[in-house]
Amino acid sequence: MPAPIRLRELIRTIRTARTQAEEREMIQKECAAIRSSFREEDNTYRCRNVAKLLYMHMLGYPAHFGQLECLKLIASQKFTDKRIGYLGAMLLLDERQDVHLLMTNCIKNDLNHSTQYVQGLALCTLGCMGSSEMCRDLAGEVEKLLKTSNSYLRKKAALCAVHVIRKVPELMEMFLPATKNLLNEKNHGVLHTSVVLLTEMCERSPDMLAHFRKLVPQLVRILKNLIMSGYSPEHDVSGISDPFLQVRILRLLRILGRNDDDSSEAMNDILAQVATNTETSKNVGNAILYETVLTIMDIKSESGLRVLAINILGRFLLNNDKNIRYVALTSLLKTVQTDHNAVQRHRSTIVDCLKDLDVSIKRRAMELSFALVNGNNVRGMMKELLYFLDSCEPEFKADCASGIFLASEKYAPSKRWHIDTIMRVLTMAGSYVRDDAVPSLIQLITNSVEMHTYTVQRLYKAILGDYSQQPLVQVASWCIGEYGDLLVSGQCEEEPPIQVTEDEVLDILESILISNMSASVTRGYTLTAIMKLSTRFTCNVNRVRKIVSVYSSSIDVELQQRAVEYNTLFKKYDHMRPALLERMPVMEKVTINGLTEIVQSNGETESAVLETKSPPSGLQPLSQANDLLDLLGGTDITPVIPTAPTSKPDSTGGELLDLLGDLNLTCSPVSAPVPQIAQPPFLLDGLPSQPLFSDIAAGIPSITAYNKNGLKIDFTFERSNTNPSVTVITIQASNSTELDMTDFVFQAAVPKTFQLQLLSPSSGVIPAFNSGTITQVIKVLNPQKQQLRMRIKLTYNHKGSAIQDLAEVSNFPPQSWQ
Amino acid sequence: MRFMLLFSRQGKLRLQKWFLATADRDKKKLVRELMQVVLARKPKMCSFLEWRDLKVVYKRYASLYFCCAIEGQDNELITLELIHRYVELLDKYFGSVCELDIIFNFEKAYFILDEFVMGGEIQDTSKKSVLKAIEQADLLQEVRHPCGASLGSTP
Repeated sequence: MPAPIRLRELIRTIRTARTQAEEREMIQKECAAIRSSFREEDNTYRCRNVAKLLYMHMLGYPAHFGQLECLKLIASQKFTDKRIGYLGAMLLLDERQDVHLLMTNCIKNDLNHSTQYVQGLALCTLGCMGSSEMCRDLAGEVEKLLKTSNSYLRKKAALCAVHVIRKVPELMEMFLPATKNLLNEKNHGVLHTSVVLLTEMCERSPDMLAHFRKLVPQLVRILKNLIMSGYSPEHDVSGISDPFLQVRILRLLRILGRNDDDSSEAMNDILAQVATNTETSKNVGNAILYETVLTIMDIKSESGLRVLAINILGRFLLNNDKNIRYVALTSLLKTVQTDHNAVQRHRSTIVDCLKDLDVSIKRRAMELSFALVNGNNVRGMMKELLYFLDSCEPEFKADCASGIFLASEKYAPSKRWHIDTIMRVLTMAGSYVRDDAVPSLIQLITNSVEMHTYTVQRLYKAILGDYSQQPLVQVASWCIGEYGDLLVSGQCEEEPPIQVTEDEVLDILESILISNMSASVTRGYTLTAIMKLSTRFTCNVNRVRKIVSVYSSSIDVELQQRAVEYNTLFKKYDHMRPALLERMPVMEKVTINGLTEIVQSNGETESAVLETKSPPSGLQPLSQANDLLDLLGGTDITPVIPTAPTSKPDSTGGELLDLLGDLNLTCSPVSAPVPQIAQPPFLLDGLPSQPLFSDIAAGIPSITAYNKNGLKIDFTFERSNTNPSVTVITIQASNSTELDMTDFVFQAAVPKTFQLQLLSPSSGVIPAFNSGTITQVIKVLNPQKQQLRMRIKLTYNHKGSAIQDLAEVSNFPPQSWQ
Repeated sequence: MRFMLLFSRQGKLRLQKWFLATADRDKKKLVRELMQVVLARKPKMCSFLEWRDLKVVYKRYASLYFCCAIEGQDNELITLELIHRYVELLDKYFGSVCELDIIFNFEKAYFILDEFVMGGEIQDTSKKSVLKAIEQADLLQEVRHPCGASLGSTP
């Protein structure tokens, strides 16, 4: 058999392959040759073959059949064999396989080899991938080598010991004696690795930490020598002597000085020296300064030193090198809690970093900016942060919006400013606002009584143009519902009033209701708002009534329930309607920070409709109402719709309302209290994120996606202005045969780069003779703007038999995905 | 340091050194993901990024990306210096190193790395010392004893 080809030859050959398939073929051929060579137990070329195998492994091909061969190489006497064998062991073997344990004996022998380079190989392999069992077996050998006078071996033994300790922490004690005079070495390699070993031990054991504190003076001395000594060509990096060692020593000092006054005191001087003397023109000097700053901030340093450290960070912020700026921002974030005032001094530089091009820097700057906002600088900071919100990447917007809300809440200088800020956030990044912000905002608005007209006017103007941002629409429709009368009154103190008619208001609310883009939650808000307007508006009660009755047969269970109840309110309890839909009083907030529990003392009709899972019938609410009556020593009044009672029963309500009117309702939750809900009930929508849609109804032609055997499926499209990668497809399935199609199920699949969401269909039956349709909404996310393609599967029962069909839809109009 | 990767701009892996035992399948996944993230970075961006629970320090030298994944308490700036030192070692060894050198002599690149770093930590801060050790070890490879007896020790 001819000699196997050389490694370089193989590499050259494989690189000539023009396709993946060609490469795979070459590799397979060579693997076969290697495998038969292994089978023949060929000693001469084993090394070459394993080397080739390692190359192929790096390309991603399987190489496990070479594992045992690596072991054979390690056992060989030739240095070349050992070198490749150990390399192979490190690359191919892992501690999950029992095979690796076979190495233990070889390593043990090699640790005692007469050639230090062989010993080095063994130490290196053990120190990189030794398993706990191996470490346990060989720890003794490593410990022996830690005491040798050969610095080449000693440094490697130290790092090997670090690995052993990491794998088997109980063995740490064993290495303690050997550490006695590690720091007396002159050799920098040994010094460096010793410091690493000491660091590892101190981090893992408080006893060791206490024991090694006595080394602080020695470490300080070594560090001093490094700084003061003249030029040493061997360890010099850009004029600094052994920066790696300096950094490691600083890190060890940090651990030793933490929480210990004496040690911290002992290192004060040297830290100040390093901080002031280190050359900052190159990265290497800044690396040392960085480590110094970290140490100063972590130990019990005197305040002068701390100020020095923060000033260094401040200087870093002005550095041209963005790496340095990044590191500075990260460190400042850590210290802003403890040294707030010192960091404040650098506020303007930090705010400038918001405009940086680098994403990581921007994020750090944003977090830091929020941490620095206080009562004095809130106006200026908010201006900057709002500007940032407008121009930043989408991944930041949610966090930024939440941050702005929190900060404005804490430090708002005036109510008007606060409302304005909220408005700006809602209009700028309305779709990124978190769900839990909506109720907090509503509560805030309610409490700013004098701003109601101004607020509702601004909100109305905001949604006139575009009602795709769900949180904005939710807040707006709630406000319009509550303050609609103020809106049409044509009076406003804060800004020029707008002239709006009741019809116009109802128009916009209706279009929100109808739009396929509105989330179910939003629709709930809007329906209730329309209902409230029946008492606020004077002339359009019938219109409201009509809208409400339409929705009493809505597919959406939530909407249906609300509509049914409102309808009943119109029909049977019209005399109670004004009282029930009264203006909301000031709400008392229970907690701040995200999860706001709104303790609602007064009836919001929507609060009654809590669980979307509750049956659509009115039975459950009815039983609640009965309980209500019992509690209050009920009279023989017919059960009321179970809304929590109102506070000001100034209507011509029945005895029931009078009864309830006597109770003090301002603060305590009454009777059927809205249960403490972490998140208000209206947010039980199943959609994962707020979809953002607006009607660009104009222009996208619909298509017929499927038309076979009497079943026709049409697609209509809507796309969003604010999020062009989302397309909403509404399918309509119709049946032209003479028999109904039942149990109709529509499924769709899209290529991997897309994401698909299917909402529930309107029903499962397509009536015959085109007398009705099934509608279903599909949302497609197409971030890469690729051509839309879809495979659909239809199953239904027709004429007594089950029918299934697959089809591909590829006639999507370009406007639907470009 | 958890691991170090070298890869080309086309996403070809040239070297991978793992300092933490990881399954082969996971390694492949991590490598693929990290390469994607790093290759997507624009030239003006900083050399550090947060990825999963680690900090990644990367630097591009000609057509090769040198990528290190370090832990929370490690110093990013000194890691940049570590990468630079490794490049200097390669440069001295190969004489004006280029990507092809590393492709065709990958095992030597590993040997040099293993002499410079062990278990994720630097073994020796002296360039001269590391290069001398490699040189001596290479010499050992050259000497062939027909009987295969072990070679005398060299300090």
